[in-house]
Amino acid sequence: MLEIKNLHVSVEGKEILSGLDLTVNAGEVHAIMGPNGTGKSTLASVIAGNDAYEVTSGEIIYQGKNLLDLSIEDRAREGFFLGFQYPVEIPGVSMTNFMRTAIDEIREYRGQKPLTAGEFLKYMKEKKELVEMHAKLNNRSVNQGFSGGEKKKNEIFQMAMLEPTLSFLDETDSGLDIDALRIVAKGVTALKSDKNATVVITHYQRLLDYIVPDFVHVMYDGKIVKTGDRALALELEEKGYDWIKEELEAKK
Amino acid sequence: MSKANEIAINLKQNLLSKIETRIKVNADNEGAYLSKMRKKAMEEFDKLGFPTIKLESWRKTNLKTFLERDYNIEAINKPLNSKEADTTLMCESNKYDTDLYTQFNGQWMKGAEGVTTYENGTIVCPMSIAIIAFPDLIEAHLGKYATDSNNALTALNTADFSEGYFVYVPDNIEHNRSLQMVNLIDSKDGIFANMRNLVIVGKNSKLRMLHCDDSVSNNTSFINNITEISIADGAKLDFYKLQNKDNESAVISSTFVKQGADSNFASNTIILNGGLVKNDTKVILNGRGANTDVIGLYLMDGHQFVDNHVHITHAVSNCTSKQLFKGIVDEFARSVFNGHTLVAKDAQQTIAYQNNNNIQLTKTSKIDTNPFLEIYADDVKCSHGATVGQLDTAALFYIKQRGICERNAKMLLMLAFVGEVIDKIELPNLRASMAELVGKRLKGELSSCDQCSITCAEPDKPIQFEIDMSKV
Repeated sequence: MLEIKNLHVSVEGKEILSGLDLTVNAGEVHAIMGPNGTGKSTLASVIAGNDAYEVTSGEIIYQGKNLLDLSIEDRAREGFFLGFQYPVEIPGVSMTNFMRTAIDEIREYRGQKPLTAGEFLKYMKEKKELVEMHAKLNNRSVNQGFSGGEKKKNEIFQMAMLEPTLSFLDETDSGLDIDALRIVAKGVTALKSDKNATVVITHYQRLLDYIVPDFVHVMYDGKIVKTGDRALALELEEKGYDWIKEELEAKK
Repeated sequence: MSKANEIAINLKQNLLSKIETRIKVNADNEGAYLSKMRKKAMEEFDKLGFPTIKLESWRKTNLKTFLERDYNIEAINKPLNSKEADTTLMCESNKYDTDLYTQFNGQWMKGAEGVTTYENGTIVCPMSIAIIAFPDLIEAHLGKYATDSNNALTALNTADFSEGYFVYVPDNIEHNRSLQMVNLIDSKDGIFANMRNLVIVGKNSKLRMLHCDDSVSNNTSFINNITEISIADGAKLDFYKLQNKDNESAVISSTFVKQGADSNFASNTIILNGGLVKNDTKVILNGRGANTDVIGLYLMDGHQFVDNHVHITHAVSNCTSKQLFKGIVDEFARSVFNGHTLVAKDAQQTIAYQNNNNIQLTKTSKIDTNPFLEIYADDVKCSHGATVGQLDTAALFYIKQRGICERNAKMLLMLAFVGEVIDKIELPNLRASMAELVGKRLKGELSSCDQCSITCAEPDKPIQFEIDMSKV
């Protein structure tokens, strides 16, 4: 589904990703871990199309298409979703209108008939229940006045609404208490199918108790340096990242 | 001397001789009070001449290119031909649910050409009739509020006006029909006109008005419009102004308001288009407990120019005022905001708030903002602020990541930005229509028929952004 080959990315001349490779197939859950500042969030932003970053070489192939050729919105319409680490507050834009506009455009892109207002609201209600989103959204502005936990839940709610094929969740667990974490994880699990894939970027093993990954990757210095299964996450939790650094040093 | 300059000088001379003749001819009709006022104003205009950018209050607003055009100063007195009358009569029904009074190229349309007296005693009529029919009210109010004697355009208006609207609400009347006063210009004659309106709201009365400055085709015109408003103790006036003028039009629209104790004035000005638009709103809070809200919205592009000047005087204690203007300025357009709140020495316990927020969409557009407080009392709560910024790039990225195209992402943010002003419109019909007009304007879909606010055609496909929850 997703194939990233030898990806190099820099911002203002400074290289942040330096030869990253990653393959994600349908039905899989991946976790990307690693110390701060190793480029995890940059990877997510670059896939989404954030033009603050410059791709200097390498390629990102998504469902046979060169993702780097597509606009931000077309990547989303092709089924890519980014759960933001810091969801943006947009005063004055209601959640309902935001989602309505998004779904209208995505359906149009895919050649589907637009939903009527009634169908849309029914759909929204179903998705809210699916992700246990109890907050009233109709008249609330996007993320404005939401607590940290609500913002993250709102990301999962949007993911449920847009039914993406590939989701990157950027530190969706940060700032969540254990109950919110459980709800977020439950939502992600509920949305999982053999047609889609999820990549979670996280600092902590904790989330992986709820979202069980098929693969765990460790990022260091702008590339993936180690890949394993869930046991790797547990090992990292226990021993930290130093042993990986030492391993890398030894290889040199 | 350049040809253009010569035209401007001739304009002044032609106006002066027109006024002089008219004063003589009308001396008997208009009464000594008005003749005297006109004569004095004519002398003032002669002395001052048209304002130039050398004057502080006109520093950013250059009338030069609009004055150096060929105008017909008599065109406004030309009776309508029947065909013209018919075009406007098409727009009999209007979606705002208001009582419509339309002035077309300066002439009143059918239904508005005489005196309308409501059962509750409220009167609406052309200014030309009011001068003769209601001399006591005219003498008590006309020229009493538009008193900025150093403003040449005020002087010119007083000296030259022949038409406009007159609205009178007696004491203790809640007038439940909203009045819509339309000043529509569609003429190849190069209309140059001074129009004068007077609104008197009696003690404890309530009135809602929608004032529209419109033009349909790209013909040169220059309209100098003054509205004097008296709001007596305990009275309330909602005054919405909608301006949708073409790029060749200049409109100077000044509003002078005097408020009594515990009175309320809510002014909401929405400027969709205009070659040169200048709105001066001057309010004097003259009785304790009075409140005034002067808010507005401007959306300019191309080479359009808008200047909003708000001057609020807190003359006595315990009054409140709020100014809020929001603007989106695109392409090569320019906007100017001057907010001035004056708190007199004894006006203690004043609460005054002033704000101007702008979104500058292009580097080639220009925004000037000048919020200003002048306070002589020591126990007041006053604040002022101004911002000029761009659309939030983080928000744009977030919206686009959800599959929304750049154009609609910007639209959502712009509609959200202006929503604060539109939401303050109390009439639900009007609020919905304004939201729709503003949406269309931002999408660049404001059709020529919509240019006229009394649009009679079926509205186009509704805008997709809002879901009407009541219809689900």
